[in-house]
Amino acid sequence: MQTALFIEQLLNGLQLGVMLFLMAAGLTLIFGVMGLINLTHGSLYMVGAFACAAVAAWTGSFWLGLIASLAAAAAAGAVVELLVIRRLYGRDHLDQVLATFALILVFSEGTRWLFGSFPLYLDIPPLLSGAVSLPGGAQYPLYRLAIIAVGVLVAVGLWLLISRTRLGMRIRAGESDREMIGALGVDVATLYTLVFALGAALAGLAGAMVGAIQSVQVGMGEPVLILAFVVIVIGGIGSIKGALVGALLVGLVDTMGRFLLPQAFGLVMNASQAGLVGGAIASMLIYLLMAVILAVRPRGLFAAQG
Amino acid sequence: MAMRREHLVNAAIALLLLAVPLWASWAGQNFYVTLATRIAILALAAVGLNIALGLGGLVSFGHAAFFGIGGYVAGILASHAVSGAPLLGFLPGTKLMPVIWIVAILASGFVAAAIGAISLRTGGVYFIMITLAFAQMIFYFALSWPAYGGEDGLSIMLRNAFPGVNTLRPLPFFLICYTLLSLGLLLFALIRGSRFGAALQAARQNEVRTASVGIAPFRIRLVAFTISGMVTGVAGALFADLNRFVSPSMLSWHMSGELIVLIVLGGVGRLYGPVVGAALYVVLEYWLGGITERWQFFLGLVLLGVVLFARGGIVGLLAGRARHD
Repeated sequence: MQTALFIEQLLNGLQLGVMLFLMAAGLTLIFGVMGLINLTHGSLYMVGAFACAAVAAWTGSFWLGLIASLAAAAAAGAVVELLVIRRLYGRDHLDQVLATFALILVFSEGTRWLFGSFPLYLDIPPLLSGAVSLPGGAQYPLYRLAIIAVGVLVAVGLWLLISRTRLGMRIRAGESDREMIGALGVDVATLYTLVFALGAALAGLAGAMVGAIQSVQVGMGEPVLILAFVVIVIGGIGSIKGALVGALLVGLVDTMGRFLLPQAFGLVMNASQAGLVGGAIASMLIYLLMAVILAVRPRGLFAAQG
Repeated sequence: MAMRREHLVNAAIALLLLAVPLWASWAGQNFYVTLATRIAILALAAVGLNIALGLGGLVSFGHAAFFGIGGYVAGILASHAVSGAPLLGFLPGTKLMPVIWIVAILASGFVAAAIGAISLRTGGVYFIMITLAFAQMIFYFALSWPAYGGEDGLSIMLRNAFPGVNTLRPLPFFLICYTLLSLGLLLFALIRGSRFGAALQAARQNEVRTASVGIAPFRIRLVAFTISGMVTGVAGALFADLNRFVSPSMLSWHMSGELIVLIVLGGVGRLYGPVVGAALYVVLEYWLGGITERWQFFLGLVLLGVVLFARGGIVGLLAGRARHD
């Protein structure tokens, strides 16, 4: 039973990591190409979840909802980029933080305006609602395995996009020298809007998928946003590979810490106290991990920026 | 000229912030005294942040940590004073504000030094995210540690005491906060005018040149960041006393964001920028909140407008661009 529980927690950690990767990939891409720190990313995650829940409730189909979440988040991202973000590329980080912080207020309150304060619920599609038997005899929800699979697919897809396509070539060129690619005739403004919308769509996808295992509510994106920041700081800002490694590391350390630490403390103190102490320390664990990694490598594991 | 105009603007703001509550108290409108107290406390917290952000160019997105630590110091010491149980088995609690402030300064300064020592090794956008992450760590710790209320927060039944002053009445408590704000502003002005402040600002403007004339930016920034955290910590202790309540929300990243907002609204690096920003923010919050339930939506739009179109903040609009002389 203990091994079964262990494997289950390991998979939960993997699933959290994969979801964080979808968020962190967009954030790190946007920072790498445009040099922009984007707090709105958590709001785009929320937009994806709400679009999925609303369309799924209206049509009865999760799959249509999933498509809607991609479209809505990408569209919201593109509109925000065209109206606001575009004016921030030349500004310092302080202005970017502030403007995107203001956008969070607008997005959160706007969503509450449209959908009310009560959380929405999104059902897992029937096709994925079963469970799979794990070695050791435990049952694991199929849907969570599907999330892991989607994350792996997206990671491979992103890698192909960036290393094998013309758009990817432009993104890489934009990371190393944005003036030069403009001079070579690449429409930089459109490229930036595309990258922003791509990042937004990934965030929306993450929001929609997680929406089916948690409730869909205003503010759901903010804890995820901050975890995604930890991920890209650990991985090295601007590096997709770093985002992947960082996301898996954070997902696994967080989940396993919450699972194992109370047990470890249970060896030296009574169970209820061990639960409290272990739980409190587990909630700080990924930040301690970040501190240790930064103490050794201040620019993250795979620093992309010089 | 511009500098002299800023002095006039500053004096007018200082007088206005003192005159309005005095008048409100005389007119029996204690609500406005409380509003002014809130402005003074948030302004003090932002003056602290302004030392790091305005002078040092260190965009800390985690100052809620120090604000919240100050608040919890006030709450925890008061709760031990009431229950009589010593803290950690040997430290007695206290309801005396001056003692609470000193402990708040020490505690927030200690944490600021620790966070600064790690995060100042990096810079730019890394620094923003790391300070945010560390503040979030303390937030989650406060949330999951049940000894002092956890998620529910901690109430201070009776506002803490100051010798010779009846802190339970709104006006005397406002005057305490106003005095501390004035001291905070004095400290900011002294730092800005000192050799230390010159080195700090030089490191902001050009790190390489500063290092090449023999000034190591890291230590100067660490000292500035620590002082900055201490000032914000005192403000946190006052804030807990104002609300007679402290909860993890004081540590939340919204709080950190708000503190940055106050500074940018008022004017980054300007002496009275945080005061103007806090006044505008609290008044806007109160005024918009009276008109619509959705005030945050419009607050967001106003902020967006200020960032995109009114660079230099309100002090910048009133007193012209900052002069470096």
